[in-house]
Amino acid sequence: MTATNLLPRNRRPADGPSPGSARTKRRRRPGLMLTLGLTGLGLLVVLAVVAPWIWGDRAEELGPSVHLGSSGEHWLGTDALGRDIFARTMVATRLTLELSALATLIASTVGITLGTLIWVSGPRIRAVGLRVIDVMISYPAVILALAIAAILDPGPKACVIAIGAAGSPSFARLTANLAASVAGRDFVGSARLLGVGPLRLMRRHILPNIAEPLLVLLSVSYAHTLMALSGLSFLGLGVQLPDYDWGQLLAGGLQSLYTNPVEAVGPAVAIVLAGLSASFVGDGLAAAANRSRRADAPAKATKPAEANAAAAVGTAPAVPDDAVLVVDDLRVLRKDGTALVDGVSFHIGAAEIVGVVGESGSGKSLTAMAAARLLPGGLHATARTAELRHPDSAALDLVAPGAENAETRRRLAVEIGIVYQDPSASFNPALKLGGQLTETLRVHLKASRREAREQAIEQLDFVRLTDPASRLRQYPHELSGGMRQRAMIAAALLTRPRLIIADEPTTALDVTVQAEVLRLLRAANERDGTAMLFISHDIAVVGDLCDRVLVMYAGRLVEELTAEDVREGRARHPYTQALLAATPRLDTAAAAPAESAGGPEASAGEPASAEPVRTLAAIPGRPPQPDERPPGCAFAPRCPQVLAACHDTPPPVHSPAPGLSVLCHLEQAGARTGETGTDKPLEAAR
Amino acid sequence: MTPVLQIHGVDVSFGHGPRRKDVLHGIDLALPRGRTLGLVGESGSGKSTLAKVVVGLVRASSGQVSLDGTDVTRLRSRADLFALRRRVQLVPQDPYASLNPRMTVGETIAEAIDPRRGGAARHRAAVAERLAQVALGADAADRYPHEFSGGQRQRIAIARALAVEPDLVIADEVTSALDCSVQAEVLNLLAALRRDLGLTMLFISHDLAVVRHVSDDVAVMHHGRIVESGTAQAVFDTPREAYTQLLLASVPGRRRDAA
Ligand SMILES: Nc1ncnc2c1ncn2[C@@H]1O[C@H](COP(=O)(O)OP(=O)(O)OP(=O)(O)O)[C@@H](O)[C@H]1O
Ligand code: SF4
Ligand SMILES: [Mg+2]
Repeated sequence: MTATNLLPRNRRPADGPSPGSARTKRRRRPGLMLTLGLTGLGLLVVLAVVAPWIWGDRAEELGPSVHLGSSGEHWLGTDALGRDIFARTMVATRLTLELSALATLIASTVGITLGTLIWVSGPRIRAVGLRVIDVMISYPAVILALAIAAILDPGPKACVIAIGAAGSPSFARLTANLAASVAGRDFVGSARLLGVGPLRLMRRHILPNIAEPLLVLLSVSYAHTLMALSGLSFLGLGVQLPDYDWGQLLAGGLQSLYTNPVEAVGPAVAIVLAGLSASFVGDGLAAAANRSRRADAPAKATKPAEANAAAAVGTAPAVPDDAVLVVDDLRVLRKDGTALVDGVSFHIGAAEIVGVVGESGSGKSLTAMAAARLLPGGLHATARTAELRHPDSAALDLVAPGAENAETRRRLAVEIGIVYQDPSASFNPALKLGGQLTETLRVHLKASRREAREQAIEQLDFVRLTDPASRLRQYPHELSGGMRQRAMIAAALLTRPRLIIADEPTTALDVTVQAEVLRLLRAANERDGTAMLFISHDIAVVGDLCDRVLVMYAGRLVEELTAEDVREGRARHPYTQALLAATPRLDTAAAAPAESAGGPEASAGEPASAEPVRTLAAIPGRPPQPDERPPGCAFAPRCPQVLAACHDTPPPVHSPAPGLSVLCHLEQAGARTGETGTDKPLEAAR
Repeated sequence: MTPVLQIHGVDVSFGHGPRRKDVLHGIDLALPRGRTLGLVGESGSGKSTLAKVVVGLVRASSGQVSLDGTDVTRLRSRADLFALRRRVQLVPQDPYASLNPRMTVGETIAEAIDPRRGGAARHRAAVAERLAQVALGADAADRYPHEFSGGQRQRIAIARALAVEPDLVIADEVTSALDCSVQAEVLNLLAALRRDLGLTMLFISHDLAVVRHVSDDVAVMHHGRIVESGTAQAVFDTPREAYTQLLLASVPGRRRDAA
C-alpha cells in the first residue's frame, strides 16, 4: 500500500458532523483489526524489552549439535554453530524493531518536513516538487535503498538511512496533498486573513487536521520498513555479524534450507507476524478514523415510540373522498428502531398543493421519500394507511413490504413525479436530455420514440424552455441551474402524474428564478389538476404557493393550517408562530421605520444608532435528536407558552375541520383567549 | 469625514484574450463609518468578487479601493498587505467549515487577537470579553466547534472577526446556511453589535428580506454593475430601476394586498 490508495478514503480529514452524511456503507470491523494489530505490536515490544534478559545467554551459547531439527530442547532447532534458533529469534526482536522504528522515524520526519516545505513554498515550486516526488515514489524503495547502501558502507546505519530516505517521498506526497485539500477550507482562509504565517498555519490548522491519515501511513510504513530492512540484512547488506536481526537469521537459515528447513521458520514467521500487526494497526486506524467522521449516528438504544403513538392518535381527522394521497400514522424507522418520522398523518386532495415546512432535520424529506417509496437503505416505513388513491383502480400501497413487483414500479413511475432540490444530481451528466426525459414514457407507458419525443417537447415548451426540440439533444450541463430545474419539472410532468413530490425545488435558485419556477408549478397544477406535496424550509415560499401547509417539528406533525393563515400570520401552534416570527419579511421590516415616522430620530440620513433595532424572535435552543425526543410535546423545552402537562403528555390532535389540525395542549387547556394569544410573538417581530 | 470604504470605478476581469471575462464594471460605492451597506443581487452578479477585492484577495484591473483614505489597490509589500488584512475582516458563509475543528474556540479567538503568538491561556480575559460580546459564556473558550449549534458557531466566527477590531466587517451570506430560527439569532446579534459598537459593515446576501432587516443603505448588483443604490427605505419602498422592481416582486411572502 502506498500513499496513493490512502488518499481517497481520507479525502475529507476530520469533518464535523454534517447532516445526512451517515450514508456510508459498513466496512470491515475496524475495532477487531485495531485490537489484533495493537495487541500484536504490544507483545512484540514487550518481547523486545525482555527477550535479551531471558534468552540472551542461551542465544550465544555454542552447542555441540549443529543444524539440529526441531526438538523438545531446541524448539526451532539449532544453527551452524549449534546455537538455539528460538532464543536467537526472540533476542533479535529488539534490534529488528529498533532499526525499523528508526528508519520509519527518518522517513516520516524527512517526508513530512519536505511535504510541508513543498506546500508552503509558492505554487511553482509546489508543482515541480510534487512531480519530483511522484518520480521518486515510482522507484521501488528497496532499489533506492540498495543504491544508497552500496554507496555507503554496508551495515545497519547505511540501511536505516537508505530505507528511511526511500520511505520519505510517500510521506511528503501525502502531506502536501492533504495540506492542499485542507487549505481550501474556510477556516484556513480565515486564518490567512487574520495574518497567520504559513508555518504556523501548517502547525496549527493543517497538520492536526491531517494527522489521522498520516498516522495510518506511519503504521503501514513501519510494516514496509521492517520487511525491507530484513530483506537487506538477508542480502548481507544490513546488520553484520556478530549482531543479528531477523533478516540475518533468515539468511543463516536459508543456507541450510534443504538439510534443515526448520531453521528458517522462526525468523520468517516473526517477520510476517510483525509486518501483519503493523498493517492491521494501519487499516484499523484508517477505518476507525472514517467511522469517527460519521459522528452523527448516535447508536443509543431507544425506547419504542409506541406509547406516544397511542396517545397522540386522538380523533382521526376525516379524509375527503377525492384525496389523492392518504397517509395515516406514518413512521420512518432506523434499524435500531428510532423513529425519524414519528406518526405523521395527512392527506392531499385532488388538485391540492400541500406544503411542508420545518427546520432542518424535522423529517420533511423522509416523509416525502416514504410517500414515494424511495427511502434510502437502512430505513423503513410503517403506517396504518399510506396509499395513492385512484378513482378507476385499486389504491397503491406505499409502505407494504414486498410489494416491489413490476406493476407497482410502473405505477410509482407513472403516477408520482419527483422534483429534487439539486437538478444536476438527478440528471445523468453523461446522457443527453432527450433520452432521460422520455425514458419513463417509453419503458412504462410503452410510448413510441416519436410520441415520447413529441410529448417531451410539449412539456419543455410548457416550462418555457426556448427551442425545446434542440434541448433534447443537449447535455444537462449545457443548461443553467434554473433551466435544469425547469427541465426537471418537465420530466416530472411528462407522465401526467397524479401526484408531484417536490423537495426544496427552489432552494438552490435565485429569487427571480424561484418566482418563475413557483409560477410554473402553479400552472401545472391548474392545467392538469396535479396534486402536489411541496417541501421547503422557507415558510414564506410555502405560504405563497400552497393551499394548505403542514408544519413539522422533530419528526412529528405539529400543525396543519391554510396557506392564507400562514400569509396572514394566523398560526395557532406556538412552534408555527415562532417560525413566522423568526422570518424576516420585506413588509414587516418596513413597518418599523414607518411606525416612528413622526418621531424626532426618524430621518434616514442619520447614523445607524438613530434607527430602531428591529429584533426577530429567535427560537432558543435546538430541536431534539430523533432518539432524544422528550416523552411529551417535542417542542416543550423551547416553547414560550409551555404548560405543566406538556413535558410528559403528548398533545392531543385538535382538528377543527378536515385538513386542519393543531397538536398542542393549549387547545384543550382553555388557555387560549381568542386571537390575542396567537398574535403575541408576531408583535415582537415588528 | 472620509468614508471607511470608498470604491471608485473598480473593474475586475478574469482570464486573458478571448477567454477574458469581465466580472465587475465601474463599481462606485461609499460606506461611511457606523453604517451597514447591504449588497443584494443574484448569484453570479459579482457580490463575492467585490468582497474579495476589498479584502485584497482579488486585484482590480482598474479603479481605486480606499480604506480610510488609503488606496489599497496599490499596496504591494507584505507588511502593508498584512496590515490591510487586519483592518478588514470577513465573516464567511458556512459556520461548519470556517472554524478549525481541532482548535478550541479560545485558541481560535486568541489567534485572531495575536496571529503570531496567540494562545488561549495568554489571552484568556480578552477571549472571554469577545465571547461575551456575542452572548456566549467564557466556558465556551475551552470547547471545540462541534459542540456548538450552527448559530453559535456563526457567533464564534463573528467574535473572531471582531477580535481583530477591524474598521470594516464584511459579512458574505452569513445566514444563508442557517435555519430560519438560527438565522434570526444571528441577525439579532448583528443588529445589537451595530447599535452597541457602531459596526461598519458590508452585508452581502441574496435574500432581500434579510438585507432589508440589517442594512441602512442598499446597493443592488446586476451583471457586475451597481444598478441602484440608496437608503434601504428608498430602494425597497420606491425602487427606481426595473431590475430592482423585478427583484422585489419576486420575493415570496409579500402580502397580496401590499404587493
Ligand atoms: N438515511 C438516513 N439514515 C439515518 N438517519 C437519517 C437518514 N436520512 C435522514 N436521517 C435523519 O432523519 C431525520 C430527518 O431527516 P430529513 O432529511 O427528513 O430532514 P429534513 O426535514 O428534510 O431536513 P432538511 O431541511 O435539512 O432537508 C434527521 O434527524 C436526519 O439526521
Ligand atoms: S404542547 Fe405545550 S409545549 Fe408543546 S407547543 Fe403546545 S404549549 Fe408548547
Ligand atoms: Mg430535506
